[in-house]
Amino acid sequence: METSGLDIMMQAVFWGMVGLTVAGAWIAVFPRNILYNVLGLALALTGIGALFVCLGSPFIGLMQLLIYVGAVCIAIVFAIMLSRPMHLEVPPWPPSKLAMGVVASTVFFVAAVSLALKTDWTPSPDRVSDTSLWSVEKIGEALLTRYELVFEVISLVLLVAIIGAVITAGFSRRLSP
Amino acid sequence: MNNLSTYLIISALLFSLGLQGILLRRNLIGMLISVELLLNAANLNFMAFNRFLNADPVAGQVIALFVMGLAAAEAAIGLSIILALFRTMHSINIERAQKLRG
Repeated sequence: METSGLDIMMQAVFWGMVGLTVAGAWIAVFPRNILYNVLGLALALTGIGALFVCLGSPFIGLMQLLIYVGAVCIAIVFAIMLSRPMHLEVPPWPPSKLAMGVVASTVFFVAAVSLALKTDWTPSPDRVSDTSLWSVEKIGEALLTRYELVFEVISLVLLVAIIGAVITAGFSRRLSP
Repeated sequence: MNNLSTYLIISALLFSLGLQGILLRRNLIGMLISVELLLNAANLNFMAFNRFLNADPVAGQVIALFVMGLAAAEAAIGLSIILALFRTMHSINIERAQKLRG
């Protein structure tokens, strides 16, 4: 009886997080004001981080919160403040373009959902109930032994991206009158 | 806790919302936000498959970390391009960025 109450509460928390994610994604796409879009993106990313925690990986959830909500969203807000208030120059969407976008994304959604429901996924039996293998130590050990190339390559990619961002932003200042 | 299809449907919903945004928006920052939504939907798929199907428990998490790093790099480059475009064009509506058109 105790465990079922806990289970119901966990389900409620899960569906609350799902609602938060979908509402955030809705806010991130549809309102005209770009600042609302960024705040909706932050909400959706927080919800996805909570879903990662629900999936049993709090480390990736924390990384999601740190990298996306803490860095990427703040960088986007920074770029918005450096350029002009852009919600003034957004024209209303033409209805033909809106209809085509809605049709394309609806077709994709129906295709993906039917694919997910029709396929017979056979779960790995030792993974469904097991959560002990998900420790941070395992991830760290794998990152430094088996997936070390991934680690090195992503460090290199981030370094090149930082240098490229500095050069792109700096050269444009020199070139513009 | 829940089964795999729940996560797959949530991820498909997020992906189609992001697709909608990237097809509709003409604002570069709005398109960047939609790209972040798409990457997160893919990430959620990777984590769900890793949780329920994969025998190796860390492969999906390493992929998720890799996608997060690539998204951070993409956001940095994209925002610097947006700033450069705004300085030269005084607008970030991508339909006005036509200097390379023949």
